[in-house]
Amino acid sequence: MQELSKKRAIGAMPIAGSYRSIDFTLSNMSNSHIHKVAVLTQYNARSLNEHLNSSKWWDFGRKQGGLSVLAPVVNADRSSWYRGTIDAIYQNIDFLKKSHEPYVVIAPADCVYKLNFNKVIAYHVENNADITVVCHEVEQGIDVERYGILALDDDGRIVEFDEKPLQAKTNLVSCGIYVVRRRFLIEMIELSAQEERYDFVRDILMRYKDVKKFCGYNMKEYWRNIASVEDYFGTNMDFLKPEVRDYFFRQYPDIYSKVDDLPPAKYNYGASVRNSLISSGCIVNGVVEDSVVFKKSYIGNNCVIKNSIILNDVYIGDDCYIENCIVESRDTIKAGSRYVGEDGKIRIVLERNDRYDM
Amino acid sequence: MARKEMIAMLLAGGQGSRLGVLTNKVAKPAVAFGGKYRIIDFPLSNCINSGVDTVGVLTQYRPLRLNSHIGIGIPWDLDRNIGGVTVLPPYEKSENSEWYTGTANAIYQNIEYMESFHPEYVLILSGDHIYKMDYELMLDFHKTNGAEVTIAVMPVPMEEASRFGIMITDENRRITEFEEKPAQPRSNLASMGIYIFNWKTLKDALIEMAQEPALDFGKHVIPHCHQKGAPLYAYEFNGYWKDVGTLSSYWEANMELIDLVPEFNLYEEYWKIYTKSEIQPPQYFSSDSVVERSIIGEGTNVYGQVYNSVIGCGVEIGKGTVVRDSIIMSNTKLGENCEIYKAIVAEDVTIGDNVALGIGDEVPNETAPHIYNQGLVTVGEKSSIPSGVKVGKNTVIYGCTEESDYDNFYLPGGRTLVKAGE
Repeated sequence: MQELSKKRAIGAMPIAGSYRSIDFTLSNMSNSHIHKVAVLTQYNARSLNEHLNSSKWWDFGRKQGGLSVLAPVVNADRSSWYRGTIDAIYQNIDFLKKSHEPYVVIAPADCVYKLNFNKVIAYHVENNADITVVCHEVEQGIDVERYGILALDDDGRIVEFDEKPLQAKTNLVSCGIYVVRRRFLIEMIELSAQEERYDFVRDILMRYKDVKKFCGYNMKEYWRNIASVEDYFGTNMDFLKPEVRDYFFRQYPDIYSKVDDLPPAKYNYGASVRNSLISSGCIVNGVVEDSVVFKKSYIGNNCVIKNSIILNDVYIGDDCYIENCIVESRDTIKAGSRYVGEDGKIRIVLERNDRYDM
Repeated sequence: MARKEMIAMLLAGGQGSRLGVLTNKVAKPAVAFGGKYRIIDFPLSNCINSGVDTVGVLTQYRPLRLNSHIGIGIPWDLDRNIGGVTVLPPYEKSENSEWYTGTANAIYQNIEYMESFHPEYVLILSGDHIYKMDYELMLDFHKTNGAEVTIAVMPVPMEEASRFGIMITDENRRITEFEEKPAQPRSNLASMGIYIFNWKTLKDALIEMAQEPALDFGKHVIPHCHQKGAPLYAYEFNGYWKDVGTLSSYWEANMELIDLVPEFNLYEEYWKIYTKSEIQPPQYFSSDSVVERSIIGEGTNVYGQVYNSVIGCGVEIGKGTVVRDSIIMSNTKLGENCEIYKAIVAEDVTIGDNVALGIGDEVPNETAPHIYNQGLVTVGEKSSIPSGVKVGKNTVIYGCTEESDYDNFYLPGGRTLVKAGE
């Protein structure tokens, strides 16, 4: 089996204090004993490349297979960015052709979930499907208009597929995870590329759904996409719930990430931490409530952090007040600053002050 | 042909019996330190940070934990095609098979390993000190002075000098004499047990001295080299260096890490200390938790209160439980409403609800007062303590204890409760 994951830089978004969003998909693949993985990168991939600089952490340092990072390249007859998901695969079609594994799992890097892909493949084979789409029923009332909405018949076959509809008919959304036979995928990708169709969802899933057999695999467990600010914030805050932490951190199998070799978190006089997650390498001197603090952050004296996300390597000077915010990685917040996201809105704080010029 | 300028040999076979029950099942270098580390992480990280990428680790006593911790050396970047980390246990030979009988004997039995790298210099380290040291600077000193043996020394207070091996040097730091634990010390330069040898000098000395029983560096090899007139130099080191050989020094060294700006700073950007991290998630604090002046490892859940303590990874601290001045190692579970005062609780320990550790007055320990003192309560790894038990000071608990092991839910100060069996 082999994998492709289409990625925006969103794959490198920090999640739950110690992880990057791509860790979830990569760990699922590793835990499903998938040994050959290609990560398709394009947009602003520096921090993702940094994160993937060694395949050790997900146990992908294998002689057979292993981890490949495929970025768009220029050659004699082509010099363009990936024009869409199909094009991304088409430009790397040799990777697929040279492989000999029968199935391909395609998964995005921006979802937080645990899934054994072997179960999906077994379901795919059992149903004699051409493509199996992993889908998830989201709770009523959640805004589903960012997603592909599916309707299945009694046999699990996809009878309707709407992308980002104005009025959703069901609450069953596509997770963007697909299982497909490798030869069938090559065939469809080459055909679509010839016709200059570049979008996997629109030009393959929606276009062929009545002539080919596309099935839906309903995943009941926790699944969340982080592609909007609200969802990103909410997903991180979900990890303050004991059942979510237990599911991801304590139950088999584990989620793996790159090891950063940071010292344990340190709490000095005046530190007070309530209902919050704190990651390694942090030094806390102030008050933190209902928040997620990522690695290597410094929180100064008399600071109050409420209902916020502090990303990696942030320096917060003394006497700051931060509420309902996402503080961007490597920010330096001057002493005495005040940032509040008003009316329940999440405010994104970008402050590039000089850290050592206090 | 493999060739390395300097390789390191790390002595990690000792039990460290003065750490009491902490080393019942693990060698001293594998004992946890500072929340997420093990003692051996410090010399191993020093090696890679000093550019020494070939390290032989000599194991003997209870090596399982050490072996699984070191693995192929990934955390220290010591997984190398040539060199890297190699674990060297004693092995059977066609005649006179023996354990490692002394520090230098262990090195003697691995001459073949060292020979395979054709080194010019060999660095001898021990796996039981907490420090950050650039061995490359020591090697520069060794080369500049044309030494055959360089011994790292540090100045200690004169009144403590009689506890150490003392080096007496001339004005150029060349060693003229040495004394092992002298009653009347004539110098305060104490040997740190870190040596750089010219490979030829070391090899010749080991072979010539091979028949000496319990061949030791301090007692035999160094005097032998000195006798033969080899230039011996003392390299003075002035950084933080802590021997954590006793329970009280182990406890103190951990507590020093929680100072506002500790003398031994783990937060420095350069000279990182690496360790194998099995637990990665962040730590969680509930809405009624309190934490002050502490360092805490990954994946720990705090529902109670933590003051002045060093907490490992994956620890659970129950609601209402108060932990003060204590060391709690990884994967230990504390129940609800416990009071833990000045305790060293090893890994994978389970403590029930309403347990109090470290109450009452200090009474000398009944079995080993030289090990269990300073009012510490020591709980060995994989032990369990049932709910409702009160435990006095200078006590030690090891094994899965039950209510019937306690006298009316009470273990008075100074008592030793060690349950045999697994």
